Amino acid sequence: MSALRDTLLAQKSDVVLRYPESFRPALWARLNVMLVLGGVIGLYAYALVTLDFDPYRILGGLLRLTDIAAMMLPPTPDGWGRTQLYFEALGQTLAIAFLGTSLAAVLAIPLGFLAARNIVGNRILHFTTRRVMDSVRSIDTLIWALIWINVVGLGPFAGALAIMSSDIAAFAKLMSEAIETADRGPVEGVQASGGSRLERIRFGIVPQVLPIFASQILYFFESNTRSATIIGIVGAGGIGLYLSEEIRVLEWQRAAFLIVMVLLTVAIIDQVSQRLRAAIMGTSRR
Amino acid sequence: MVPLMRTYADAIAARRRQTALGLALGALALALACLGADVDIFVFWAKLGNFSSYFYRLSKLDTGAFVWTDPTEWYWGLRRWLGQLGETLLMAYLGTATGFVGGFVLCFLCSRNLVRSGWLRWLVRRYLEICRTVPDIVFALIFVVAFGLGPLPGVLAIAIHTTGALGKLFSEVVESIDMKPVEGIAASGGNWFERIRFAVLPQVLSNFTSYGLLRFEVNVRGATVLGFVGAGGIGEELITAIRKFYYADVSAILLLVMVCVMAIDLLSEQVRHRLLALEGARA
Repeated sequence: MSALRDTLLAQKSDVVLRYPESFRPALWARLNVMLVLGGVIGLYAYALVTLDFDPYRILGGLLRLTDIAAMMLPPTPDGWGRTQLYFEALGQTLAIAFLGTSLAAVLAIPLGFLAARNIVGNRILHFTTRRVMDSVRSIDTLIWALIWINVVGLGPFAGALAIMSSDIAAFAKLMSEAIETADRGPVEGVQASGGSRLERIRFGIVPQVLPIFASQILYFFESNTRSATIIGIVGAGGIGLYLSEEIRVLEWQRAAFLIVMVLLTVAIIDQVSQRLRAAIMGTSRR
Repeated sequence: MVPLMRTYADAIAARRRQTALGLALGALALALACLGADVDIFVFWAKLGNFSSYFYRLSKLDTGAFVWTDPTEWYWGLRRWLGQLGETLLMAYLGTATGFVGGFVLCFLCSRNLVRSGWLRWLVRRYLEICRTVPDIVFALIFVVAFGLGPLPGVLAIAIHTTGALGKLFSEVVESIDMKPVEGIAASGGNWFERIRFAVLPQVLSNFTSYGLLRFEVNVRGATVLGFVGAGGIGEELITAIRKFYYADVSAILLLVMVCVMAIDLLSEQVRHRLLALEGARA
């Protein structure tokens, strides 16, 4: 191998002459890459200057950050009473995530059918549903939480409603896609044996999309557990309230304890839901 | 015929029982969740009117006229808000770009097909997991204490969270590549970096860019609320307006944010489709 390589290298100019197109630098492609890279880096530099990034401030901040990290150890809740309080808040967080996901799922199913092209023929209705869902989706959960706090007052209920609002649209979109890709065969079968429109949906489409829906619901529950941990920052219940409080009063050990609690909970929920999803998709493929 | 019917009836009954059990469990969990989340249907029913009336108030100016009758009065602070919106976008961009680089560097170190050493992979994976699981706004809360108010803590928070999220996605892409080019480079004497540069990168780059753009969309949305904790962007203005009940301002800013987020989504979707087309042409 290496002998071949040596002979090749010895005759390099000859080889280059014989296969010119393999050795010509791809000038245009290179220029394009350079332009895009230059744009990306230029914008980066512009952003650094515009946002007033000062290296001394970054350095000082990093030093303070190491101090903070040292103060976080070891994570402790300081006393049994507070531990109970934290675990109650964690339970509330899970309740918010579960309630928000269930509400969103229940409300999104009819919307999903409305937005699916093969169920609703009306293009205007279809288009409007999609655009309204896009605009609802573009608002962050925390903003929804602030709006719902104005409606139902401070507390976890506002948090659950916020999670519901920010998820409905994404949910409905995924469901409409699942419905659109469903196999037409069973629907035609039901139709051929005299099934009505509703029966076609119930016996032709629902059995196909139900496992997909279930696995999506679990997936959203996972991601909502994460959202529900922060929703307390604006006063909508859950563990986020304590987390932001302890950080504001610089109780770093307690804050670290809360963060560890969140990390563990999310990891456990992820594991459980992954197993369940695999099981659901497995039975559907049978 | 009769035994067959009976078997069928039994099977159906068993499935019904299973469904009923599942539904009962779900209902129980829901009831527990309602208890935990302090749900009060009567309060909700009584206050549901507030929801529509809140949006009604959002559509009114201080003078009592509808907002769309006087756009100049409605958008009195347009110049300032656009500036803050620009800051939000720049924050999202800086954070995404920095996180992209971080995820890019780390993803090769935790891919099973490129790194033999188990402990290095384990270490990098756990680091990425922590970055990804702690929400960016919690990082922002901590960084605001360390770095002071302003966009700097927000950008760092986005960057760290993005490193975790992208690092995981990237490593999944890298683990699913075709290993033949890598073996080819290794056989002709290329070292680890050359293998990545000439065998791995060409296979994954368009996927990486696509994921990066997707993350940018998510981060623009996230950056709009980082101001809630003092980490820069338009969120600061928004939370002040909401807390002080400046209804017309709230609707004006919300509309700006929605239009901006939707525009970014559309733009990035276009670019991603082009990338996919490019990939398809090459394959």
